[in-house]
Amino acid sequence: MSHGNMNLTLKVWKQKNKNEKGRFETIEAKGISPDMSFLEMFDVVNEKLINEGKEPIAFDHDCREGICGMCSMYINGQPHGPKQGVTTCQLHMRSFKDGDTIVVEPWRSAAFPVIKDLAVDRSSFDRIMAAGGFVSVNTGNVKDANNILIPKDDADTAFAAAACIGCGACVAACKNSSAMLFVSAKVSQFALLPQGQIEKQDRVLNMVRQMDEEGFGNCTNTGACEAECPKGISLENIARMNREYMGASFTQNK
Amino acid sequence: MLNLYTLKLNFMSKTGFLHSSIGKKFVMGLTGLFLISFLVVHVGINACIFIPDNGETFNAAAHFMATNPVIRVMEIGLFAGLLLHIYQALILTLENKKARPIAYAKVNGAANSKWYSRSMGVLGSLLLLFLVVHLSHFWVDTKVAVFSGKADEHNTYVEMQEVFSHIWVVAIYLFGVGSLLFHLLHGFQSAFQTLGLNHKKYTPLIKKIGIWYSVIVCLLFALMPIVMFMRGMNN
Amino acid sequence: MASSTKLNSRIPEGVLENKWTKYRSTVHLVNPSNKRSLEVLVVGSGLAGASAAATLAEMGYKVKVFCFQDSPRRAHSIAAQGGVNAAKNYQNDGDSIYRLFYDTIKGGDYRSREANVHRLAEVSGNIIDQCVGQGVPFAREYGGTLSNRSFGGTQVQRTFYAAGQTGQQLLLGAYSALQRQVGMGAVTMLSRHEMLDIVNIDGKARGIIARDLVTGKLERHFGHAVLLCTGGYGNVFFLSTNAMGSNVTAAWKAHKKGAFFGNPCYTQIHPTCIPVSGDHQSKLTLMSESLRNDGRIWVPKKKDDNRKPTDIPEEERDYYLERRYPAFGNLVPRDVASRAAKERCDAGYGVGASKLAVYLDFTFNTERYGKIEAAKKNLHNPSKDEIMRLGKEVVKEKYGNLFDMYAQITGENPYETPMRIYPAVHYTMGGLWVDYNLMTTVPGLYALGEANFSDHGANRLGASALMQGLADGYFVIPYTIGDYLSEEIRTKAIPTDHPAFVEAEKNVQDNISKLLGIKGTKSVDHFHKKLGKIMWDKCGMARNKEGLTSAIEEIKQLRKEFWSDVRVLGDANEFNPELEKAARVADFLELGELMCIDALHRNESCGGHFREEFQTEEGEAMRDDANFSYVAAWEFKEESKFELHKEELKYENIKIAQRSYK
Repeated sequence: MSHGNMNLTLKVWKQKNKNEKGRFETIEAKGISPDMSFLEMFDVVNEKLINEGKEPIAFDHDCREGICGMCSMYINGQPHGPKQGVTTCQLHMRSFKDGDTIVVEPWRSAAFPVIKDLAVDRSSFDRIMAAGGFVSVNTGNVKDANNILIPKDDADTAFAAAACIGCGACVAACKNSSAMLFVSAKVSQFALLPQGQIEKQDRVLNMVRQMDEEGFGNCTNTGACEAECPKGISLENIARMNREYMGASFTQNK
Repeated sequence: MLNLYTLKLNFMSKTGFLHSSIGKKFVMGLTGLFLISFLVVHVGINACIFIPDNGETFNAAAHFMATNPVIRVMEIGLFAGLLLHIYQALILTLENKKARPIAYAKVNGAANSKWYSRSMGVLGSLLLLFLVVHLSHFWVDTKVAVFSGKADEHNTYVEMQEVFSHIWVVAIYLFGVGSLLFHLLHGFQSAFQTLGLNHKKYTPLIKKIGIWYSVIVCLLFALMPIVMFMRGMNN
Repeated sequence: MASSTKLNSRIPEGVLENKWTKYRSTVHLVNPSNKRSLEVLVVGSGLAGASAAATLAEMGYKVKVFCFQDSPRRAHSIAAQGGVNAAKNYQNDGDSIYRLFYDTIKGGDYRSREANVHRLAEVSGNIIDQCVGQGVPFAREYGGTLSNRSFGGTQVQRTFYAAGQTGQQLLLGAYSALQRQVGMGAVTMLSRHEMLDIVNIDGKARGIIARDLVTGKLERHFGHAVLLCTGGYGNVFFLSTNAMGSNVTAAWKAHKKGAFFGNPCYTQIHPTCIPVSGDHQSKLTLMSESLRNDGRIWVPKKKDDNRKPTDIPEEERDYYLERRYPAFGNLVPRDVASRAAKERCDAGYGVGASKLAVYLDFTFNTERYGKIEAAKKNLHNPSKDEIMRLGKEVVKEKYGNLFDMYAQITGENPYETPMRIYPAVHYTMGGLWVDYNLMTTVPGLYALGEANFSDHGANRLGASALMQGLADGYFVIPYTIGDYLSEEIRTKAIPTDHPAFVEAEKNVQDNISKLLGIKGTKSVDHFHKKLGKIMWDKCGMARNKEGLTSAIEEIKQLRKEFWSDVRVLGDANEFNPELEKAARVADFLELGELMCIDALHRNESCGGHFREEFQTEEGEAMRDDANFSYVAAWEFKEESKFELHKEELKYENIKIAQRSYK
């Protein structure tokens, strides 16, 4: 089945499960169209592997429109590949040239163990959220929405932080595997809104504690996370979390 | 009443501020800024060599720095800050290594960050090596002079002339100052970010000041061995 | 027509406006200490699942949540772009609960239950309050109040939104609430787990069999009640705006274990999607309906006009929606807009290489915004370029992310040239039949959100899916589940070595072994694509007797081929995405047949179901209220055999009329 005229060489990480050792495998991708997304290129490759009786490459993906945050490939040395501001599923093959060799690796972090091939376990993010990424308000326990007035700028800044899709590209990009951008985006969203004020100290202390326990590295402000974030989450959020954390640590009455 | 035990619990315990990733970075940033402020004093005094009075002003200043009791107390603080900066950097680096047990086969770091931002550990280690050389050249001699009561006779300017009469020493110093330049280029603005000082209005200014500071300080430091070497050649 | 005796919709007596309030106040309750020993299984973690799980846990029930994704936050609710409706009347434009109720019934082409829809409209306001309370960053005006936009099928502005990412923000709100309960130990979260069967004991749903997708291990889970919040089945068409993993498996297994399937043929085809670019295409991407606020849809007046859109002068453009439906124009409901696009393309006026696309043009409104901006800036006699530049900034702020997405996918710049769009499968109004309590025909088994059939009739209005998912989860099930669970307080947890669990697990195991054992020659995708093509061609935007009859035979044949020639590699006891896909496609191959059977039996056109034989002279859908004003609930008998049960729809508060948007 031919689709286009690009031929590529893939060097893909293959690993049976989290306990076994992985290795790179070289796979030819032939007849690729520049209009395909990177994942559709993988579909073609997998179809070919299946036809040859070889096990296809396992990778995570779901919505394929850049919002669910499930796709997670480290492509030619960059999470989500060479184009900035997009996820792997939105990266199109027109960003590559015929004859290119493309190295594809899973997110690498102690906190994101490999499940198989390119799929990793990001449940550490869920545990950080469970530690404090919420406003404690039970269903029904609220007042009329327009009783809480929020300046448009604050709402917009909170939204920009809340746009995080939890894909983990920040961790993958960071030379230290730090999760500061992810955590700070959630801390910031609530720190900027009146609804988040009540619990702001506990929230930041608990989320940072959980982040540290999960085995992420420490932020050294290289800015790689911000540059690679498909949703453009700003470093300002990290600074805000630093402020919130210091403020809470120095003043909390416990 | 201030309960020291609780305070210790809050800050030093396993779950305390100083053991958290942000706390450790806070220590890095704060000690970094402290060292940055020291460099201003250091470069200011050294700049006195550019006054063409055969080192008179410079020696006076150096003598003051070597003997003034306040400065000497502060010097202890300086070393403590430096050691803390180094210690914390080591801890952080080890943790960061552990956070990624399997390295990437291909990394395109240039696409998302500056090389020197990613090389603070290497640059810092080079700086440390340079510092050993630098301290053995000047600080040890001065200390020996001060403690043997010969501070008044110690002529730092002459000592500098001697040290910088060798071209390879000049080269080492230039290399050391180069490392410092890149360490500062990242460190200056990074310290502000770590301390939570990031603001749309002021951060661009802080970044600019950081660049100017790093370039001016390092340029002045670099000129010193060069000028001294040239003066030696002229003599 | 009388309703089937097997269908008890449990709609409370009384005046429409008071039904819910009264019911809510009289429904049986479970006291707090008993809640602690009652276990509820929630399958799916989208808006319905996450909100239900969080709320039930807050109330004190023991909750387990299952999702096949790696995190509950990935559920496909996250991809909803445009907004969420609520009858708040914040814009003072005449909105009310009644108007939202009326719009939804009319939009659904008079094929939904009055009582359910009214309840939905009643709780819609609470949803906004709840989400704002959770810190969901909705768009706001400069005065700090919430902002609204308009959506199709309505003449008021009642849609709340967060840029083009409303679904994401609402889901993250529900996910936050869920994670809070996980943190407190009230919810056990099982990610990367897929439900593969329901376990019924003594006629009641008592648990599920789930597969741990990482280890491949089959697990048995007991629950006093099971909630299926597993979304829609649009992926039966292979190409749809659904996520790759969206599937019908949970609902279908429930169907085969006794839950009736309601109105399976009601499929929503969304008018504004990016057209298919080639046979490699794996999914379709939606361009939010909100774009129709500011975009005008047109095709050239001349057939096969190959000029660039920007070269076609105004008088040679056919703004066909404005021409045909002057009252609603570009904001007609989705089914109407989709059919109109198909009509133009079928008639030979389509654009682009495939000729299966129409233009969505922003020039007009860009210019309008530009003029407003110029006036704000006190620019007198601004040049055309200046106006367009200012206008583009406004458009960028409103729809920037959507425009970027379009440019990324097509390689074209939508600021310079009109978008090309074409309808695509987006949502399924059909789903498991549920009563007023959201319970299926199996006691203790509930269906929430898109997984049930309940509120949208034959066509869903834009920004109502989010509303329904959250209404079901936050404000309906927490009350209505008490009606059942209050009778279950004496039921002790049933040990999972009960024969029913053992048998269900064995069946699942056998099915998996069978799939792996075929060792055929064709990939799972091969069959899925074939099924999708049959469904799209014959059970898609337009259907007819002949096509549907042949589709049923083709699907049967394809199913046979699948079970003899599919190739699924890898093992059962490991992470095996191909195996997951195979099991899902196997279920789609059965569902597809039922959809065609349902579409074939419904001899009328209504909403998303358009039978070519039943249309007016102007090409509008022609309902047959005398014979088809009912919910078709199908009972599974055996493979290819389904029995139809009818639930009559009674309209006591709304006068049924031919739907008109002219």
